[in-house]
This record gives sequence, C-alpha cells and structure tokens, in this order.
Amino acid sequence: MTNSNRGFLQALWDFFCSLKLAISLLILLAATSIIGTIIPQGQLRPEYLQTISQAKLKLYSTLGFFDMYHSWWFMLLLYLFTVNIVACSIKRLPRVWKIISEPTLVMTDSFEKSLALTHDFKPGGDAATLRDKMVAFLKAEFAAPVVTEHDGEYHLFAQKAPYSRLGVYVVHLSIVIIFIGALIGSFFGFKGFVNITEGGSVSAVQTFSGQRINLGFSVKCDDFKATFYDTGAPKEFRSVLTVTDNGRVVIDKRPVIVNDPLTYKGITFYQSSYGQAEEGGLFHFTVRDRKGGAPVKISAGYGEKKPLPDGSMMQVLEATQEVSQFVPQFNGPAARIEVTPKGGQPLAFIVFRNFPNFDEQRGGAQIFTYDGSDEKMYTGLQVAKDPGVWVVWTGCFMMVLGCCMAFFMSHKRIWVRVRKGHVTIGGGASKNPAGFQILFDELVDKLKKQ
Amino acid sequence: MTSSMMFNIATFSYLVSMLIFFAFLATKVKGVGLAGSLASYFGFIVHTTAIVLRWKESYDIGHGHAPLSNLYESVTFFAWTIILIFGIIDLKYKYRVVGAFVVPFALFGMAWAQLGLSSGIEPLVPALQSNWLLYHVITCFLGYAAFAVACGLSIMYLIKAGQEGSADSTAQAGGVISMFPSIKVLDDLNYKAIMVGFPLLTLGIITGAAWANYAWGTYWSWDPKETWSLIVWFVYAAFLHARITRGWVGKRAAILSIVGFAATIFCYLGVNLVLSGLHSYGGR
Repeated sequence: MTNSNRGFLQALWDFFCSLKLAISLLILLAATSIIGTIIPQGQLRPEYLQTISQAKLKLYSTLGFFDMYHSWWFMLLLYLFTVNIVACSIKRLPRVWKIISEPTLVMTDSFEKSLALTHDFKPGGDAATLRDKMVAFLKAEFAAPVVTEHDGEYHLFAQKAPYSRLGVYVVHLSIVIIFIGALIGSFFGFKGFVNITEGGSVSAVQTFSGQRINLGFSVKCDDFKATFYDTGAPKEFRSVLTVTDNGRVVIDKRPVIVNDPLTYKGITFYQSSYGQAEEGGLFHFTVRDRKGGAPVKISAGYGEKKPLPDGSMMQVLEATQEVSQFVPQFNGPAARIEVTPKGGQPLAFIVFRNFPNFDEQRGGAQIFTYDGSDEKMYTGLQVAKDPGVWVVWTGCFMMVLGCCMAFFMSHKRIWVRVRKGHVTIGGGASKNPAGFQILFDELVDKLKKQ
Repeated sequence: MTSSMMFNIATFSYLVSMLIFFAFLATKVKGVGLAGSLASYFGFIVHTTAIVLRWKESYDIGHGHAPLSNLYESVTFFAWTIILIFGIIDLKYKYRVVGAFVVPFALFGMAWAQLGLSSGIEPLVPALQSNWLLYHVITCFLGYAAFAVACGLSIMYLIKAGQEGSADSTAQAGGVISMFPSIKVLDDLNYKAIMVGFPLLTLGIITGAAWANYAWGTYWSWDPKETWSLIVWFVYAAFLHARITRGWVGKRAAILSIVGFAATIFCYLGVNLVLSGLHSYGGR
C-alpha cells in the first residue's frame, strides 16, 4: 500500500470515528425527517395534487420527498449513521475495556496527583495490621479490594460497577440490532390487508406492495359487528374468525378486536376496518296505509325499485347499521328510502328500526317501518408477518438497559496506600463527581473514627 | 368535591406558587422561596387527588379508564409530571429559584386545560382500549416533563451567562440574577434533567412501538407523531454527545436543550393540531 493510500484510509477512518460526524448526522436526520411530516407520503390524493404546481411536483418526486423515509439519500444517512456508531465504538471500546479488565492497582505518587479526591492520615501501627484493617474496612463499607505489595508498600484497589462504562456501547449496539431486525422484517416478512365478507373465507392476501401471498391456510369470517356509544363514537369492532388448515379447523370462532389480534403460523390478523359488502343483502320494510288496512311486508335490494300496494314505487338509497354517526339523536340501523307516487315527484326520507313510530310524524299517506336487513358486512384485516420483530424488541430492551447503565450507574474506584505508618486514600468516579465526593468524605470520616 | 373543582384549586395553587417565586426573586427572602415551594406542593397533592378522583369518576359513569385519553387529560397529566420533576429537583438540590422558571410551564398547561379544553369524560375508542395506553403515556410525559425542567434551567443559564458576559450591567441586574445558581450548576442540572428525560423518552417511544405492533402489526410506520418523537430523540441524543466534546457545553448546550423542548412541544401538540395522523385527539 502506498503512503497516500494509507493516508486516505486513515483520514476516512478518522472521519467515521469522529464525534462531530455523529452530532452532525443526528441533527441532519432530525432536520430532514421534518420534510416527510409536512409533505404527504405514499399515495397522493388528487386534492393535494391540485394545490401544487407541476414544477414543485417534479422537484419533490425527483428528491424522493413523497416516499422520503425510503429515499436513497435518507437511507444513506441512516447507513452513515450506523457506520459512524460502529466505528466510534470500535475506536473507543479497547480503551474502556482496558480500564475495566486491567485496572491500575498501584497508587504511585504521580497517579495520586491525577486523582480528584485524596486524603492522607497517620493512624499508627505496623504495615501488615494497617493493611488488614483497611481490607476489612473497604470490604465492609465499599467493595472487596485487590491487594498488591510494591516496594515494601501495600496498595489496595476496590471498585464498584465497572461494567457501567459499557452502557454507551450497549446502546450503540442496540441501534445496530434494531436496524438488523428491521431489515429481517423487510426481507422475510410482509405487510398486507384482506377484506372478508361475513360467511366468506380467504386463503390469500394482498401485500401493500401489490403482491399476492398464499397463506397456506384459510381464514373465514363468521360474523362482524360494530358497536357504538350513545355519542356515536365507535365502541368496538369485532370479527369472529375461524382458521382452517388442511381441512381441519385449528382456531374455532375466535373473536378478534382492535388490540387483540389473531396469530397463526407467524401470520397475524389485526382488526382494522369494515364496511358493507357490495353483493347481496335485502332490506325489509312494513308499509301500512294511514287510513287503515293490513300492513304489507316489502323487501328490496340496493337500488331495486319495488311497487307498493297503492301503485307508487319505492327504492333503498342508502342504509347503515348505526345511524348515530350521522344523526346523533337516533341509534341503531336506519335506511334512507325514496318513494315515487304514481305520476308524482320522488320523496326521500329516513326510517329507523329502533323508532318504528317515527314515520307517522312525516304525515305521508303511507307509514313505513324499517324491519332491518340481512345485508352482509365485510371485515377489513391488516395482515402482517414479521420474523424480525423479536430482534427489534431485543434491541429495544438492550437500549433501555444500556441507557440505565450509561446514565444512572457510575464506575466508582478507591485506592488505598499503606506507607510508613501513613494511609493514603484516593478515589474517582466515571460520573456524578459531586455525588462521589459525598461518598468519599463519608468513607474518610468513618475511617478516622475507627 | 368533584375532580374538576380540584383541578381548579391546583391551577390556582400553581398561580400563587409562581407569584410567590417571583416575589422571592425580588425580595431574596428565604422564607418566601419556601412558601413558593409549599404552594406548589399543596397544588401537587390536590392535583394528584384530582387525577385519582377523575379516574374513579370515569368508573362511576361506566367508561372506566385511566384519565389519560384526551387532550384535556393529557395536558393536566403533563402539568402534574412537570411539578413532580420540579419537586424532586427542589428537594434534592434546594435551588428554590428554579421554581420561578418551571412552575409557569405547569400553570400554563393547567390554565389552558381549564379554560380552553373540553373536560368531559369520554369513553375510549377501540384503538385506545389497551393497557399500553397507561405505560406509553406515563413514560412519554415523564420524559417530556424532564425536558420542560431542562428548558427552564437553560433559559436561566442563558440569562445568567448573558449577564456575566456584559460585566458593566452587574450593578443593575445583579439583584435578581445573583439568586440564580452558578452557571456551572445550571449547566449540570440541565444535563441531569436530560439524562433522566432521555431514557424515559426512549421507553415512551418503545412502548408506543410495542403498542402499535400489537394493535395493527407495524411497530414503526413513519406516522408524523412517530417521526416527531424520533426527531426529539435525535436532538437530545445530539445534546448528550455534544456534552462529550468540549465546544458544546454551556451556551450551545442550553440552546440545544431549548430547541429540544420546542420540538417536544411540537411533537406533543403541533402534530395533533397542525398535522394529521394516528394520534388525532388534539384535532377535536
């Protein structure tokens, strides 16, 4: 390798090890992330497209702003960030490891000067007795010391929580692990959706990227129900699902609600939406004449024109299982119907199943009651398979653990030297010097009282 | 007594506490500072009772959920966590004057909740019906509160450092500002508050991700709220790393801490009020 080559590699290495790069990347990632929260992501709505100019649209899509978090430059930032974390850790870890694994056991005079806290006193007695006394003292009050004999002097070293120095690196590693988990998920997992009509079943789902995935088993929706509070706010969306694998029912009529998904063979089904199935469905009404006479039952499908006894025609315009979202004073199923008298103008109005007498107030010649429908609902399920998710959780757990080690624990060290009747005690901590000073002063106080 | 009456008493206590702290700044009488702390502690106790009572009230109505579900409840809880973190710092470090810069955050939150937000106890929509609500909200807001305290400390730092920078004005402004802890202490406390807030925010993001994964199968979807929480995380991660290099202590650290809190507030409120997304409670 030529000198200039080595120089370049060294410069590159130094660049990736620098803390300045880390700070710059963190701030750059924070600043650029804002773009994607302001500009709509993914599928663009026509209303949005109308509000921006062609030039802007072209610029934004060239820069990848519409799928910002997957754009090449944002990915590049994340990869740089990862390389930076790894390089920084590799550079600093050996030094930290040396502090942990090969502690300074002997407090020389020059080392003593480098310590923030020292105390010297002369208790009297021979060296061996003093040494034993100090060992017992440290063991009882701080931590069991290592004793070294050096030039006729005794040196004691005791420490607490040396591994807390690794906390930072645990956090760094956890970020890399989370990224690995995310990659595993994106390569070996999928995210998709499926709609199942009540009574129907599916054995394949559509991914968000447009692929069709065969599940290898089938999922049937036995029933779907949406319930609402009096205010019209949704209370619960509940699908009852049955899973059949190889002709055998493996999960029978399991209710699935939001926050309680169903998992089978690593594939999880989440309640996410619902709606009225397009096909089939009949709406049932009873019609009676205001002047009296026997009521007549009528059933009609969507948009189907049905003749009434008096010769007028009726049809169902729309219907809902829960009207309180639209008309808060009422609840339960409702239908909006249109009645066209013979040779007259069509008239549209709403009938409510839970309020059978309501239509009397309309004052029409005929009084309608809505008896409900046997139309079908469909349940909308998100489907996800993510084998990387446990890797991500492991990373998250490590991150919290590492943060606690890094922020709330401190590597505390105490040295004691016994020399010619003198006992010198010195100490230092990797964090919170003020807190350590209190501990150190207490130790010295106790020692003097002995 | 109803919870909303007790929330009002707590708000009033924080107002009194803030005014006493301002008087403390002006008079420098120790007893006045103590009175300021005591007023905020009294408010805190009433506030705590109010939250518990509201929890009970929601069970009495039949909705039965922790009072953390809508904007009113979250703002009052945020104010509670700010006073909690202030109380810990006050008891541990005894820098009373910090209250003059932290209690106003809680007061502002409470006043806004009492005057501007709907305080009805609403039932939970399906997505919120989960124990994760509790874990997620508590961790996030404790983190936010630590950042609020750090922001107050940073403002004090900038005032004090600015005044020390212009030596000629000492005679004039020295009175109030001489009460402040030294800039070294302010810088250190700022760092400590963020040191507490950062792991809590991390935990808050993780519990949110776990909840999202459990509710709809995606632990991360770059939803605006998620993205903003990550932005906040990046800013404070930058702050913590900046502490290691020499050029970034003091003024620059204080500014970064204030920027971080501004991002936190945007993450909490701005995203709901300005942008749309999964956490849409603020829009209503």
